[in-house]
Amino acid sequence: MVGKALKWVSFLFFAVMLIWGLTLIHPFGEPLQSDMDSYFIQNAQKECAANNVVTSIVFDYRGFDTLGEATVLFTAVMGVTAIFRGVMKK
Amino acid sequence: MRMSKIVRTITALIFWAVVVFGLYVVIHGHLTPGGGFQGGAVIASSTALFLVAFSKEEFLKKYKDAFLSLAESGGLTLFISTAFLGIGTTFFYNFIANSGGIFGNPVPFGVNNGDLNTGGTLPPMNMAVGLEVFGGISLILFFMFLGAYLKPFNKEESEVHKE
Repeated sequence: MVGKALKWVSFLFFAVMLIWGLTLIHPFGEPLQSDMDSYFIQNAQKECAANNVVTSIVFDYRGFDTLGEATVLFTAVMGVTAIFRGVMKK
Repeated sequence: MRMSKIVRTITALIFWAVVVFGLYVVIHGHLTPGGGFQGGAVIASSTALFLVAFSKEEFLKKYKDAFLSLAESGGLTLFISTAFLGIGTTFFYNFIANSGGIFGNPVPFGVNNGDLNTGGTLPPMNMAVGLEVFGGISLILFFMFLGAYLKPFNKEESEVHKE
């Protein structure tokens, strides 16, 4: 009986908190700090000489992130190859 | 073990179309949505199509698995070395952009027609990542395809693995 009451109380608590948080959310399309977005929009085409600003962010401004992604993929393939290595011996 | 003649004919028809579409996504990575990761995954889906429709012997006739390993590690090495070439300023510096040579045309601000000969180091990096993703996902697909037909560890064979 106590467990059921606890379940309902926690459910109501999280529901109220979620709805409260949704009412406090700030409107879409009006970022609080727009300095970096404005810099990319104004300068990315000139500095990276590419029309696709997303690609110039991914491969140039945030190149380390892409390097990490490529390394993660490489490591995953190495793991799969190590697991299935015995298959190729036949 | 191969699939029926209908599946094999359709695969032979659309295999190169899939490869060419993936190459388009990779090469136009600095102009249109997409890039190395997405285009490499599209090219690797042609490998999945080939493996499902044909047998692993025909796959091994067409691709050596050393070629796929070479594509993967070579792509990652090309990516890192392209990043290192700009070390004179910073790591990942776009040193070819606006230089006038290959991939070096300047781009006007705002909406404009795309020019393929722009982007600096972005197109070589896209191609390197595309090569890496193609090799890596193809290797995963190939090894998992082989592993799915392994015999189980216990002595009596199950019905699934009797081919």
